[in-house]
Amino acid sequence: MDFNLTSEQEALADSVARFTARDYTFEARNRLIGEGTGLDKRHWQAFADLGWLGAGLAEDAGGYGGGPVENMIIMEGFGRALVLEPFLPVALVAVQTLAALPPSTLRDMLIAEIVAGDAIVAVAHGEIAARGAPDYVETVYEGSRITGAKSMVIGGHAASRLIVSARSPEGLGLYLVDPAASGISTRHYRLLDNQHAVDLAFENAPVLETLARPGEGEAVIAAGLAHGLVGVSAEAVGAMDAAIRMTRDYITTRRQFGTTLSTFQTLQHRMADMLVEMELSRSILYQGIASLGQSGVQCTRALAAMKAIVSSAALFVGRNAVQLHGGIGMTEEYAIGHYYRRLFVISGQFGGESLHLKTMAGLSQSFWTEPTSRPSPIMA
Amino acid sequence: MDFEIAPEDQAFRAEVRAFIAAQLPPDIARRGQHDYHSARDDVRRWMRILNTKGWSAPHWPARFGGTDWSPLRKYIFQDELRRARAPVLDRCALDLLGPVLCTFGSPEQQARFLPPILNGDAWWNQGFSEPGSGSDLASLRTRADLEGDHYIVNGQKIWTSEAHYGDWIFALVRTDQTAKPQAGISFLLIDMKSPGIVRRPIWSIDEGLSLNEIFFDNVRVPAENLVGEPGQGWSYAKFLLTHERTTSAVVSHTKRDVDQVRHLAAAARSGSGVLLDDPAFAAKLARLEAEVIALEWSVMRVLHAAENDAAGNAVASLLKLRGSELSERAALLAAEALGDHGLAVMPDPEGNHILHHDGLSPGLTDDEAIGVSAKAMFRRATTIYGGASEIQRTLIAKSILGL
Ligand SMILES: Cc1cc2nc3c(=O)[nH]c(=O)nc-3n(C[C@H](O)[C@H](O)[C@H](O)COP(=O)(O)OP(=O)(O)OC[C@H]3O[C@@H](n4cnc5c(N)ncnc54)[C@H](O)[C@@H]3O)c2cc1C
Repeated sequence: MDFNLTSEQEALADSVARFTARDYTFEARNRLIGEGTGLDKRHWQAFADLGWLGAGLAEDAGGYGGGPVENMIIMEGFGRALVLEPFLPVALVAVQTLAALPPSTLRDMLIAEIVAGDAIVAVAHGEIAARGAPDYVETVYEGSRITGAKSMVIGGHAASRLIVSARSPEGLGLYLVDPAASGISTRHYRLLDNQHAVDLAFENAPVLETLARPGEGEAVIAAGLAHGLVGVSAEAVGAMDAAIRMTRDYITTRRQFGTTLSTFQTLQHRMADMLVEMELSRSILYQGIASLGQSGVQCTRALAAMKAIVSSAALFVGRNAVQLHGGIGMTEEYAIGHYYRRLFVISGQFGGESLHLKTMAGLSQSFWTEPTSRPSPIMA
Repeated sequence: MDFEIAPEDQAFRAEVRAFIAAQLPPDIARRGQHDYHSARDDVRRWMRILNTKGWSAPHWPARFGGTDWSPLRKYIFQDELRRARAPVLDRCALDLLGPVLCTFGSPEQQARFLPPILNGDAWWNQGFSEPGSGSDLASLRTRADLEGDHYIVNGQKIWTSEAHYGDWIFALVRTDQTAKPQAGISFLLIDMKSPGIVRRPIWSIDEGLSLNEIFFDNVRVPAENLVGEPGQGWSYAKFLLTHERTTSAVVSHTKRDVDQVRHLAAAARSGSGVLLDDPAFAAKLARLEAEVIALEWSVMRVLHAAENDAAGNAVASLLKLRGSELSERAALLAAEALGDHGLAVMPDPEGNHILHHDGLSPGLTDDEAIGVSAKAMFRRATTIYGGASEIQRTLIAKSILGL
């Protein structure tokens, strides 16, 4: 084990921090919100130019040779600055879903286009009735057509291609779909944290290509979602850390009763609890990353444990960051409320605490009694 | 002890329920399904209907247009209003200012200010908090200097709820710069149309507008608008904050919210079934419901306690603390019930105060679901306003436990 970043990883973290310091000030972010798409094309080009869209992808899959740690570094930095662009759904979920497919000209071309910043591809998998459960899909594939509905496809409003999961008698398949095709209606909306998403309804919609044949889709989508879970947890850690720092700075300057708020013990203890939640989230994030190389049930359990902890920590830290700010924390024009809104959304994204506890509760053995358990390196 | 509600009180509840059912205009009732930030026009219309029945301020003394109902009946009345989701009335005027004027106001002030409140004609704001004075309210700096028969007001108030509607504001102002902090404060009624007043809206994290800040620049206020004695404003404010001991529990609101969660969860799909049948969610809802029941029975204890009963005071002190926590939790659970859509911005299509008119929302058809996520965000404030939870806990520790 080694919990230190390599020098390349340090450099990546620095470069993310430089980008957000320059392009993602609170004011710049507010302007982007006002523009109404949550996506600045120049930012996306920068993600491509800096190699971030392929940073977490192995070289033989068309990336730059990194792995989940690189994604973690980027997502943590994005969490600190509340980056709005759909980086996670595209560069983590879609790319890793594609990377889990057997190599093919089509797959390699799609990955290359995404990594170059030329295509935005989103995975349309979640459904409203699934409530975050990865294996619940009602959408059906029959005779080269898709019928059903997908919900909260973040970044779907900007996608040029969709990877849609759908069921046939043989199991789950994955299909490449043109979102502008006939038979698809789209409902575009904004999330509380100002990310953009779409709900999609498919009525005999045509597919462009089959990416994973019926029955082969489950494992592929699971790989993409696993990276999404890890990425969103890293984002949560970054947002929590930033919110904690902001709150600490605020209470050391805000005066009431002739002294700074930071002198009140109850607030000191609250901040200590917030820090504890954030650090535990980071710890369980590391084990989540470690689990990515493990077998099905181990990985399932590890990621469920991770997201259960992160979901509740995100809510706790976000709520209390506002609480300790008092009235000013409730305002749109002050940053801390935006951290709460992001942490609130993260807490429910890919399923909330309840879902992941249910997943764990459904497994028969404890984490550490797994008979096949073995120490596992962090994937780099 | 007798824990039964008397048949007469049951009959009273039925009477109130029938009145509301017959009188609440259907369009207002429909907007009430969205259930947050009632529009001013709806409030005014509804106040006038209540007023014709003599019911717009039942908790005021009868000689000022209130009723002689028992505390329990006043509670039942409010409970029925919430149950029907009638507009949320002008609480500042009815619950805060009204009792102060009834008790400390001059006969002229009572005659001038109370009737317009009863008829929904005058909307009032509470001008206490300032940028530098929130929890530490006694440090407030807005000053009012007597010049002839006018006070000249200078300073700033902030977080003033619904001030964009306000016709009048009751403000705490410093009239004596030399006295001890609490002793220099007076209670002043200010016409919001006075020259020198500037209001600025403050958008909140629910993307809604209820908060404002108000600047006073040499605002002239007739000296007759000072309530009671100069320098006594602090004691009137304390009276106001403790007078209606039970409303801060917002228990009737939260009962409504529990029903709303149940409704949403019964309609929300979860796998091949509905969310309400999911044991994990059902247990969360049950837990919330149990806590609301405990809260309501706490309210009952306070309603039936004598003025200076020690046990009554102890339980009264928990109402705001626990009531505000449950209020937020109910709103969070409602958002959770909506699943993915509980994370989406869903502005009330009929709401007049929306930050981004981008028309983007998941387009829910169930009226009950609209505004749910915004409410979850706004309710973050419940443990901040009206005495933050940290302050409430200190009060309990000090005044009840003597620590
Ligand atoms: C939605 C909303 C509506 C409001 N409406 C009105 C209104 O209509 N009229 C009006 O006058 N005001 C209104 N307020 C203001 C409200 O009363 C204040 O926000 C509240 O008193 C807290 O003050 P503050 O915001 O300055 O926070 P601060 O007093 O700065 O408190 C910040 C944090 O520090 C904590 N803290 C402060 N002192 C202590 C201490 N001694 N020990 C431990 N912890 C402490 C607080 O609990 C809080 O968590 C409203 C506020 C909100 C959010």
